Amino acid sequence: MTVKDLMDKQIFHIVNAGEETDRQVTGVFCCDLLSIAMGRAPADGAWVTVMGNVNTIAVATLADVSCVIMAEGAALDEVARAKAKEQGVTVLATEEPVFEAALKVYQELHG
Amino acid sequence: MADVITLNYEISPDDFTRAGEASSDVKSKLKQLGVSPEAIRKVSIAMYEGEINMVIHAKGGEITVEISPESIVMILADKGPGIPDIDKAMQAGWSTAPDEVRSLGFGAGMGLPNMKKYSDEMDVKTELGVGTTVTMVVKY
Repeated sequence: MTVKDLMDKQIFHIVNAGEETDRQVTGVFCCDLLSIAMGRAPADGAWVTVMGNVNTIAVATLADVSCVIMAEGAALDEVARAKAKEQGVTVLATEEPVFEAALKVYQELHG
Repeated sequence: MADVITLNYEISPDDFTRAGEASSDVKSKLKQLGVSPEAIRKVSIAMYEGEINMVIHAKGGEITVEISPESIVMILADKGPGIPDIDKAMQAGWSTAPDEVRSLGFGAGMGLPNMKKYSDEMDVKTELGVGTTVTMVVKY
């Protein structure tokens, strides 16, 4: 499943479409502590978090995740939103809690 | 890539909005040079953690990156307070980061452990009151 496929399913709102939507989503990872996400989020994974500051976007870029999913209705702050646009990072959002959001990605990946 | 390419970055103190800019720049340069995605990811993670550490603990500093045909060497030098107990600092979960840093999602005590995990070689030279220099090598 590509990032675009995930977007097309309309499970999540699109905060920023990003530039590499043809990337494969290979897994899903949940964590709000950025250093743990940095070390553990798998490359190409979808990263579910409630942490919406500019450093979230930096971690997403550098750890090379395929997209960020903001759960619990958490929003990106303005600086982070601008950074996501600038860096071409796909950011999606949902009102669902972290687990449910991740489960939906998992179900799409594994049927 | 016959020659060594050297990149220099100045890291500003206490500016979390800019932390990561140096690492992002290195990442895009490595991409242009055709370095493997795996090596790029290792360099990006190791260097970003170092950059954040310099912002949190050391009032910024300087980063030099040397890209050669065999490896990427990152030298992170600061004039911060130094690390009193390097063994403790290397333990996952040990952190002296202040609360405002934790509220941003940092301070989990994973910085140095992540730097070690994602570099092939790491050396830390630190002196109290003088500063710290971390050298990390990622091989292709």
